[in-house]
Amino acid sequence: MFDAEALIVALTVFVLAIFIGYEVITKVPPTLHTPLMSGSNAISGIVIVGALLVAGQAEGITGQILGAIAIGLAMINVVGGFMVTDRMLKMFKRNGDRL
Amino acid sequence: MSTEALLSINITNLAYIFAAILFIVGLKKLGSPATARGGNRLSSLAMLVAVLATVLGNDLMSWEWIIGGVLIGSAIGTYSARKIAMTDMPQLVAVFNGFGGAASAVVAAAHLVRLIDAGGDIAEDVSITIMASVIVGGVTLTGSFIAYGKLQGLVPTRPLLMPIRNVINVALLIGMIASTVWLVIDPSLTPFLIAAGIALALGILVVIPIGGADMPVVIALLNSYSGIAGAATGFVLGNTVLIIAGSLVGASGLILTRIMTKAMNRSLANVMLGGFGVEDGASASGEEETRPIRSIQADDAAMMLAYAQSVIFVPGYGLAVAQAQHQVRELADLLKEKGISVRYAIHPVAGRMPGHMNVLLAEANVPYDELKDLDEINGEFARTDVAVVIGANDVTNPSARTDKSSPIYGMPILNVDAAQSVIMMKRGMSAGFAGVQNELFFLDKTMMLFGDAKDSVEKIVSEVKDL
Repeated sequence: MFDAEALIVALTVFVLAIFIGYEVITKVPPTLHTPLMSGSNAISGIVIVGALLVAGQAEGITGQILGAIAIGLAMINVVGGFMVTDRMLKMFKRNGDRL
Repeated sequence: MSTEALLSINITNLAYIFAAILFIVGLKKLGSPATARGGNRLSSLAMLVAVLATVLGNDLMSWEWIIGGVLIGSAIGTYSARKIAMTDMPQLVAVFNGFGGAASAVVAAAHLVRLIDAGGDIAEDVSITIMASVIVGGVTLTGSFIAYGKLQGLVPTRPLLMPIRNVINVALLIGMIASTVWLVIDPSLTPFLIAAGIALALGILVVIPIGGADMPVVIALLNSYSGIAGAATGFVLGNTVLIIAGSLVGASGLILTRIMTKAMNRSLANVMLGGFGVEDGASASGEEETRPIRSIQADDAAMMLAYAQSVIFVPGYGLAVAQAQHQVRELADLLKEKGISVRYAIHPVAGRMPGHMNVLLAEANVPYDELKDLDEINGEFARTDVAVVIGANDVTNPSARTDKSSPIYGMPILNVDAAQSVIMMKRGMSAGFAGVQNELFFLDKTMMLFGDAKDSVEKIVSEVKDL
């Protein structure tokens, strides 16, 4: 049940997203490159969506265990990534914004 | 399919599009430090939308496993985000890259198990993307942990070169292609597990020959891989938000990789082939250095700084190791009170990952508008009285401009040698990461201030106060 149409749609989305990513991210200044990396760690935690699907639709114990492991790993990235990025960005202050 | 189910699928997909928009706007707001924090919040909102859409739009079971995974993952994430020291950010990002890759690979595994249990009739494109997901994810996992080990000093940072490694790597690549073909023809767990094993081995073999100084490039590249693994998983599950978010991360990592290799004047291939610094280091240390240098004490340095009109600090990783960023900021504040212009020159490869030095200085309350990158500051050195180099070395070496035989020839450097005078804070006369002697040390205008950066700056601060 090879679905060529769905694959082409997925490829279109993939290619366009790479272009958007390129345009948006080249505008991030060097001073924010570390938060950009930890923030993208968090965004790569989007695989949580896939982890929820495989865990929640698993029929047997193997699938459930693998799903739970994937959820745990993805959540480390999501929670840890967003929190540590916020911790860093909070420190960036301009001349004059300081107390 | 019933109308109701169709409606639910459409609502879920609309929510995914909304999440994708929030991710893109969130990243766009990272374009300025003033809006970046809001941008990060938007991205986290995007994640929440995507998760809620998934949970509400699908009939999920096994809640005890789901909640267990969420709680454990969140607890580990929270703990590490709170506890990590800013100097250790590269290690944290490396480990998170690894977890991201692993999560994608495990999702692919779970999906394959489900398809096999359901009768094993798997479309070719699904088989291929499952393999892509486990291979990229597996390489990211072990590669990231080796990078972590090198950054943390657990694995030797010198490039480890095995004689027949290219033969092994080619054999592993052939094994990957063969196992992918096998899975397409005969869907079973065996070829999948073989590919997973190969990917895990390849991750180690690819990163181990790369030297410690090149780790920033490796982390940026693995950051990209963790996104690509996620996008591959999106293809497996036919899930658009996974493809979009994964691609954004993939693009981000690739851009950072390019910026870092450009800043080192190396090609990505040159970094990945590894071994940088081995031969060069040996030849540089072969000759005994006999040229004279000028050495000064903290009180002389304090005098030079206090009577200057403009000062540029040039921080490198040595500053972070000595934890001297707070003392440097204190010194900068004192000088500013005297009406002296103070700025910081940040080389793209200063620190252990892209932008690392900026975070360390931000932590010490240095305002980000005083942090200048290479292009902004290089014209300013000629109009500067004193340049203070703290724990930086190769990025200030003038021979990168002139000496064609130097391994760092062609690397863009900070033009510190154009300043009226230079204070170079260093522990000793050792060469930098690249294993090359720094010509800057031997200029007439350069004063060497030997000792621990933190102690030296502290002494200068108290001397300036007494003036």
